Amino acid sequence: MLYEIINKIEEVPNVYRIEIYEPDIAKKAKPGQFIILMSDEVSERIPISIADTSDETITVFVQEQGISSAKIANMQAGEVFYSVVGPLGLPAVIDNFGTVLLGGGCYGIGGIYPLAKALKKAGNKIITILEARSSYLLYFEEELKTISDELFVATSDGTKGFTGQVHDVVDILVNERNYKFDHAKFIGCTFMMMNCSNATLPYKIPTMVALNAIMLDGTGMCGCCRVSVGGETKFACVDGPEFDGHVVDWDLMMKRKGSYLQEEMMAYQKDPHVCKALEQLYLEGECDD
Amino acid sequence: MTEESSKPTRPPRVKMQEQPPEIRAKNFLEVPYGYTPEEAVLEAQRCLNCKKPKCMEGCPVSVKIPEFVALIVESKFIDAAKKIKETNVLPAVCGRVCPQESQCEGSCILGRRFEPVAIGNLERFVADYQRLAGELELPKIPPSNGKKIAVIGSGPSGLTVAGDLILLGYEVTIFEAFHKGGGVLVYGIPEFRLPKEIVESELDYLEKLGAKFSFNHVIGTIKTIDELFEKDGFDAVYIGVGAGLPSFMNIPGENLTGVYSANEYLTRSNLMKAYLFPKYDTPILKGKHVTVVGGGNVAMDSARTALRLDSENVTLVYRRAKEQMPARAEELHHAEQEGVILKLLSNPVEIFGDEDGNVTRIKCQKYELGEPDDSGRRRPIPVEGEYFEFDTDMVVIAIGGNANPLITATTPELETNKWGYIVTDESGRTSKKFVYAGGDIVTGSATVISAMGAGRRAAEAIHQDLSEKEED
Repeated sequence: MLYEIINKIEEVPNVYRIEIYEPDIAKKAKPGQFIILMSDEVSERIPISIADTSDETITVFVQEQGISSAKIANMQAGEVFYSVVGPLGLPAVIDNFGTVLLGGGCYGIGGIYPLAKALKKAGNKIITILEARSSYLLYFEEELKTISDELFVATSDGTKGFTGQVHDVVDILVNERNYKFDHAKFIGCTFMMMNCSNATLPYKIPTMVALNAIMLDGTGMCGCCRVSVGGETKFACVDGPEFDGHVVDWDLMMKRKGSYLQEEMMAYQKDPHVCKALEQLYLEGECDD
Repeated sequence: MTEESSKPTRPPRVKMQEQPPEIRAKNFLEVPYGYTPEEAVLEAQRCLNCKKPKCMEGCPVSVKIPEFVALIVESKFIDAAKKIKETNVLPAVCGRVCPQESQCEGSCILGRRFEPVAIGNLERFVADYQRLAGELELPKIPPSNGKKIAVIGSGPSGLTVAGDLILLGYEVTIFEAFHKGGGVLVYGIPEFRLPKEIVESELDYLEKLGAKFSFNHVIGTIKTIDELFEKDGFDAVYIGVGAGLPSFMNIPGENLTGVYSANEYLTRSNLMKAYLFPKYDTPILKGKHVTVVGGGNVAMDSARTALRLDSENVTLVYRRAKEQMPARAEELHHAEQEGVILKLLSNPVEIFGDEDGNVTRIKCQKYELGEPDDSGRRRPIPVEGEYFEFDTDMVVIAIGGNANPLITATTPELETNKWGYIVTDESGRTSKKFVYAGGDIVTGSATVISAMGAGRRAAEAIHQDLSEKEED
C-alpha cells in the first residue's frame, strides 16, 4: 500500500531506519533530495533526506527529537503515513571532483549514504568521517565502509575513534596527515555543518552542506525556509537544500531554526510517548535541532 | 444617492446578519450568518429581471443570474442552486469570495439608482440551502468517452476544468501537491471567510461525479508533463497550479524571526490549522503588535487572522490610498470594523530585531500618489526624507507573488513571459500541444472567479481540440 512502512529498525537508540513503499518517488529520487512526511492528519509537514531507494521503496532515517519525529518513531511496520511528498529540492552536485570528504553526524549519517554511492560511481576517492556522542550511537558504519576508501569515526566521549567531532578530524587529517581534499559535503545538525564549514575554509576545500531549515510546503510556496547564502536570500526547499557552506549565514540559520522552540517543547510535552531522556538533552542544549 | 432623495420604488437591499465585530474578532467562525429563506425571497424580489441582463455579462462564468433569482422568488431554492451549477461548480464558494461589486453587482441596472441586488448573498444562500438540505442530486453524466485529462492543481480553476469535462464524459484525474484538495480555498482563505467544510463538500461533489484525486503529487518532480502523456496515457493536461512563490520586499531585516510571507502565515493557520495548536502539531507565532504589508484580500485575511490569534493590535501598511486597495470592499469593511489600523501611503524600508533575531520595530517611508500607472491606479511615489517608526513583533508580507518554476523548468517547450508566467491564448492553450493553463500561473495574482473563468474557457478548448483530433 502506498506510504506503508515496509520495514522499521531502531539502528541505535532514538534513530530509526524506515523503509516506505512509494514506487514513484523511488524511481525519481536523486542523491541529495528529500521528502516531506506527515504521520497523521494533524501532524506537521517535516522534511527528511532520502537515504536510499529500491525499485519500490524509499528509506529515511528519523531521529526522535520533537513531536513530529516522535510520532514517526512510534509508527510500526505495516502502518501507513498520512502524506509523503517528493522528491523535493535540487539534487546534490555530483561530479568527478577527485578526493571527496564526506562528513555525517546524527541523522545526517543516513543522508550522506546516497551521496557516497553517487560520488563513488562518478569516480571519486571517498574519505568519510562519522560522528556521534558515543560509540553506541554510531550506525551505518559498515555500509559506508564498503563505499568509502577510508572511514574515520569521532565520538564526543572518546569511546571510539577520535575524541571530538568531524571538524576536529578534518583538522587532524589535513594538518597532521597531509590529506588533500578537492570537495567536501557535510550533513548533520546546523552546529555540526557550521563547524565543519569553518574547518574547511582555511584549507580552501569547496564545501557543500545540506541545510535543514524549517519547511512547510517544500515547493517554494511559503518562503518559511529562507536562508541567506552569499548575501542573497534563498529558499532551502527549491534553491537547495545543498549550499556552499562557506557563505551560509549560520547565525541567521540558527536563529530561524529556533523560531518555534517554545511551541515545540509544549507540543512535545503533551505527547504521551515523549522520550524523557531526549527531552533532557534538549534542555541541556546538547542538540540544536 | 440615498433613497430619501430619489423616491424609492424598490425596498432597500436586505442586509445579511453577521457576528458583531467585537465578538467575531476573537473567533474563527464565519462572519456573516447567511440569509434566512424569507430574507432571500425579499431580496430576490428586488431584481428587475432585465431583458438584457448586464449582471451576466459581468460574471466571468456567466451564471444565469436572472433565472436563478426568479426561482428564489418562487421559493424554489433547490432549483435555483441547480440553475447556478449549470455554469458554476462552486457556488457556495463564489457567493462568499467573489468581488461582486466589480462584477455581477457592479453591472446590475438597479445599482444605477439604488443598491444593486445582493447577487452574491443570494448565490450563497441557495448553495448553502441545497447542501444543508442534503439534496445533492447528481446531474446525468454521459458514458466515458475514453479520454483522460490530467488537471494539475485542485484550486478554483482546476476544479472548474474537472467539473466541466466530467459532464462531457471525460475521465479526469486531479493532481494536488498538498495533502488536501482546494488549493487557495484551503490554504489561503481563512475559516471565518470560507468554512473548510464547504470546500470539502464541493470536493466531495466532484468526487461523486467521478473525478479522481491524487494528493501529495508535485507535478514537475514526481512526474513531468511529458510522462503524464507518455506513461500515464493522458490526452490533455491542464495546469492550474497558482502563482506559487511569495514576493518579499528585499529590505533589511526581512529574514528575522517573526517575519512571515502571507503564504506561510495563512498556510500555517488555514491548511495546517495552527490556530488550533497544540491540538494540531504545526505552530504559529502570535504577535502582540502585528504589522501586515499590502492592500489585497490576502493582506486583509492575514490581518484578520492575526486579530483572532490573540494580538493586541494589527496595523496594515499600504503604499497607496484606500481607494486603490485591490481588496474586496467587504473584506476591507470587515477588517476596519474589527479594529485593523490602516497606515496608508506608507511602505516599510527596514525591520529591526533584537539580538535573538526577533522582530521588534519597523521603519516606513511616507508615499504620495502620482500619475496613473499601467493598472490605471495612481502610482505611489516615495516622499523623500519622510519616515516613521513603530514597535511591532510580527510582520506579515502580503504583496503578491511570482511564478513557481517547478513545472516550467521541467517542460522546456512551455513558453513563459519575462516573469515566468505561462503564456496562453484566450482559451488557455499553451505553446505545447494539448497542454492548457489558467489562473494565477497565467495571470499572476488574481481572483478565485477569474481563475474559474479561465478554467471554463480552457475546458471548452480541450473539448474542442480533442474532438477535432478524433475527427482527423
